[in-house]
Amino acid sequence: MIAEHAIILAVVLPLLAAPLCILLGRGFLSWIAASASVWTSFGLALHLLNRVLHEGTIRYALGGWEAPVGIEYRLDAAGALVMTVVTAIASIVLPYSYTSVRREIDEHKHHWFYACLLLCFSGLLGITVAGDAFNIFVFLEISSLSTYVLVSMGRDRRALTAAFKYLIIGTVGATFYLLGVGFMYQMTGTLNIEDLSQRLLAMSGDGVTPVYETTTIRAALSFLTVGISLKVALFPLHVWLPNVYAYAPSVVSAFLSATATKVAILIFLRVFYTIDGKAIPFEALPLAQTLVPFAVAGAVVASFIAVYQRDVKRLLAYSSIAQVGYMICGIGLATAAGLESGLLHLFNHALMKGTLFLAIGCVVYRVGQTRLELLRGVGREMPFTAASIVIGGASLIGVPLTAGFVSKWALLTAVLAEGRWVIAVLVIVSSLIAVVYVAQILHVMLIRKRPVGSERLREAPLWMVVPTFLLALSNLWYGVVDGRAADAARAAAAALIEEVAR
Amino acid sequence: MLVALIAPFVGAILAVLFGRWPNVREGLSLVSGGITFLAVTQVAMALHAGEQIALTVLEPVAGLRLAFDVEPLGMLFALVASLLWPVTTLYAMGYMREHHEKNQTRFFCFFAISISVVMALAFSANLATLFVCYEALTLATFPLVTHANDRSAWRAGRVYLGILMGTSIGLLLLGCVAVYGIAGTTDFTTGGVLTGPLSDGKVSKATLGVVLGLFVFGTGKAAVMPMHRWLPNAMVAPTPVSALLHAVAVVKAGVFTILKVVIYIFGIDLVRDLDAHTVLAYVAGFTVVAASVIAMGKDNLKERLAYSTIGQLSYIVLGALVATQGSVEGAGMHIATHAAGKITLFFGAGAILVAAHKKNVSELDGIGKRMPITMACFLVGSLSIIGLPPAGGMWSKLLLVEGTAASGDWLLVGTFLVSSLLNIVYLLSIPMRAFLRPERADIDHHGHGEAPLSCRIAMVTTATLTFLLFVRPDLVYYLVQSLGQGASS
Amino acid sequence: MDYLGLFNYWVFIVLMMCGFYMLLSARNLVKKVIGLNLFQTSVFVFYISTGKVDGGAVPIATDGVDVYSNPLPHVLILTAIVVGVASTALGLALILRIKDEYGSIEEDEVDLQDALS
Repeated sequence: MIAEHAIILAVVLPLLAAPLCILLGRGFLSWIAASASVWTSFGLALHLLNRVLHEGTIRYALGGWEAPVGIEYRLDAAGALVMTVVTAIASIVLPYSYTSVRREIDEHKHHWFYACLLLCFSGLLGITVAGDAFNIFVFLEISSLSTYVLVSMGRDRRALTAAFKYLIIGTVGATFYLLGVGFMYQMTGTLNIEDLSQRLLAMSGDGVTPVYETTTIRAALSFLTVGISLKVALFPLHVWLPNVYAYAPSVVSAFLSATATKVAILIFLRVFYTIDGKAIPFEALPLAQTLVPFAVAGAVVASFIAVYQRDVKRLLAYSSIAQVGYMICGIGLATAAGLESGLLHLFNHALMKGTLFLAIGCVVYRVGQTRLELLRGVGREMPFTAASIVIGGASLIGVPLTAGFVSKWALLTAVLAEGRWVIAVLVIVSSLIAVVYVAQILHVMLIRKRPVGSERLREAPLWMVVPTFLLALSNLWYGVVDGRAADAARAAAAALIEEVAR
Repeated sequence: MLVALIAPFVGAILAVLFGRWPNVREGLSLVSGGITFLAVTQVAMALHAGEQIALTVLEPVAGLRLAFDVEPLGMLFALVASLLWPVTTLYAMGYMREHHEKNQTRFFCFFAISISVVMALAFSANLATLFVCYEALTLATFPLVTHANDRSAWRAGRVYLGILMGTSIGLLLLGCVAVYGIAGTTDFTTGGVLTGPLSDGKVSKATLGVVLGLFVFGTGKAAVMPMHRWLPNAMVAPTPVSALLHAVAVVKAGVFTILKVVIYIFGIDLVRDLDAHTVLAYVAGFTVVAASVIAMGKDNLKERLAYSTIGQLSYIVLGALVATQGSVEGAGMHIATHAAGKITLFFGAGAILVAAHKKNVSELDGIGKRMPITMACFLVGSLSIIGLPPAGGMWSKLLLVEGTAASGDWLLVGTFLVSSLLNIVYLLSIPMRAFLRPERADIDHHGHGEAPLSCRIAMVTTATLTFLLFVRPDLVYYLVQSLGQGASS
Repeated sequence: MDYLGLFNYWVFIVLMMCGFYMLLSARNLVKKVIGLNLFQTSVFVFYISTGKVDGGAVPIATDGVDVYSNPLPHVLILTAIVVGVASTALGLALILRIKDEYGSIEEDEVDLQDALS
């Protein structure tokens, strides 16, 4: 019974827990409620992933109304993978958040914070299971609206302006998406993504051109691409991201960087692979030729900008933009290997960026700010935090034995399999620049001496260090020991490509 | 084989656990060293018996299979490294204590980890595994280079990490992926994996030449100019590190990589077919001569040895790139003979530093009377590097020269000869000073005597080994013999 | 072609561009939010107008009527309007907070203060 409804429970539980948090009204109690629902969702997500990998796509008709009349929830391998990432990161972030939030956010806002976090979480999960294009929009807005609130809770007042700009840009992105979906609906009369993909292949009114080649659909695809690119922060539509990550509370930065852009990438996959089938956007529009150059340019340029950042969180934010470039590059190649590398990097990047932002959160807890030159020698006095940053940084560069290496290898092989040498070289250039900015952080935090007269720091509290360090170790675990993430990514890629072949 | 891979690692953990009791810690290091060597000899026996020894660990994504397999060249490298490890540990015990180094536990720990990685590298079954181990080695040795923890050590560490990481991520990784892209596999296969795609017309010779270049320059550890600067910089590390890692393990990992690539990825015949191999061989040849010339000008003993190492490494690279049967055999053999010779020299330099607190060649006049054993061993080491009897270096050099001559490129043969002459000048002059000149009166000698006992034992062992390689080159030749197979000349 | 025949599109495009221009060019934060609102509303107008079927009646089952307008876009837009209201409200709330912290709702002044701090 429960297994049957697992797909909806995973989404609805946090949605219900959010008002509960507000009703509980106390930071501690709402933290308990939030943790309980997030961990339950994580358990359900693992269960679902397992089922999807063995039995294929799961369908669930909401309220018993079958599609296309009813709203369908539908979880394929890619969705299940992203769902697992989101829930896993959330379950690691939550234990951490209790201590961190008490330091960074006023006492009377705590239950609001957890409520928003749960709403955002629920929205992100909703996107992974949504079976129709309009539902994706609704869930996207649920998660985005709560994100704006979360970001604005940062201590620095610049968090407010960052949140406001994010709100403007995010809403524009979502509205573009809505418009694109509207055009699609106009041409096909359905919103269910599977119906859409079939009806797009049908002939249009004049009986000569298929629907997907009409101008309307092209316009729709253009709006969708731009709208989602805004959410993904694909270069050059990334301007909102650095400030958001830099001034949001540490927990939020970690959570967002590891999940929000990932889910946006899933929407990308939905639009270009599930809804349309690869053939349509990649033939009707020169998508591979447009996306991949932007992605690669983003990887190089954003890395380059990261080198010049004086604030650690901003630096990591730019690095995120670069890493998103890798993922989109893999996806834009439109081959099974490319998709696999993109999905795998999505998973691995969640691990590494999560680690780094959590570790920076530990530093913030003790030092109180994130300007690079004020963090001199911090790592010497906070060994576990420092170790996490070293591992996370190594993974970001793509040093062997870390998760980052596995996905970089996958991306490079995928790129070279297409014979795109220039891209391969640029990807490598970008990772060389990554060496520079990671080295900068490590140099400041580990090698430089603490300013004379500064008081001795202690390691961050146990509740923060343990999750951080566990996440850091998972970077090594998935780099050396465990190939299951890659297997899941491969299965997801295969499933998406198979839908194309259909 | 698993024992050989894990024993040093266990040693590392034990070293940390027993860090408070130096005697136990070092005893355990020695024991794990012994076990490693025994395990490696077991593997060698098994290989001799014709067994196939392979081990697959994991394959997370296609082409990135972590697997181990034993073949003669890797066997040779593993034997050399595992034999010299316990010897160096012995030496390090005396050196580190006499020198009152700090953080000795960390030192022994990372030392053991490095060896573990070297073992894994030697037994790699494909390029991907090799690359992973190669990078891991860079990281594992980094704390050893920066052991002194002062400004110059960190600066050197930055150069070390910068060049090694930069070249490997920038060029070597691209090379590995390119091979995978072209051949669809990175397994080390006798005769190479790229011949097929070439004859199918999948790739052009020019592309393959570029890929070969990626490997030669991307393997920063092989120190082909202009990628050599890290090696003299790394000399700030304690001498045992310089001795084992920067004369044996790390740099040999570099040339080993190139040899592996030439023999098992490209295949010797294919390399000889590429136009690029001549160009690259000349670069290596230039490195040989240039490094020797620079070495002559260095007064600091360890730096001189470092440049000598750069030159000798390029012998091996050159041997690989000339790609005749003889030159490849010589290159393989040179890994062993140079290791034994150069480690002796570094031991000598460290012994002088510990006992006499002298770093520069010009201060060594007459030191032979105070430290006769050290300088005698130094003499044997020098002879081996120069390639004179009675030392093992003679055979490998002979093979290299013969092999190069077989290719008909007399300019490169000349390079070897000129370099040997230069070797005589900068290496032999040191024991000559030590034994023949009177002691300088203008510097303080502290009334020192010989180096600590454990240092002397280590030195004599390696010097004997050098001599042994002269008397019984067949021990090593047996392994390298099969390398040239499949080559048509 | 009969361009004016598609006048609902013209309305929506003009509205949309007005809103978009406002949110890009206005320096006052409240004006930005209003622009955003206009921008969203234009898309709502588009959706609603696509639901109209020529000669269709109100989509309530009545005897003697065969052609109904499509109710689905309207339902969708109800949800979207809620979302739009929420984001407008949130934007205005943020502006209040910004006013508290910076003492201004002019983007230039806020940016200037950030640059100085």
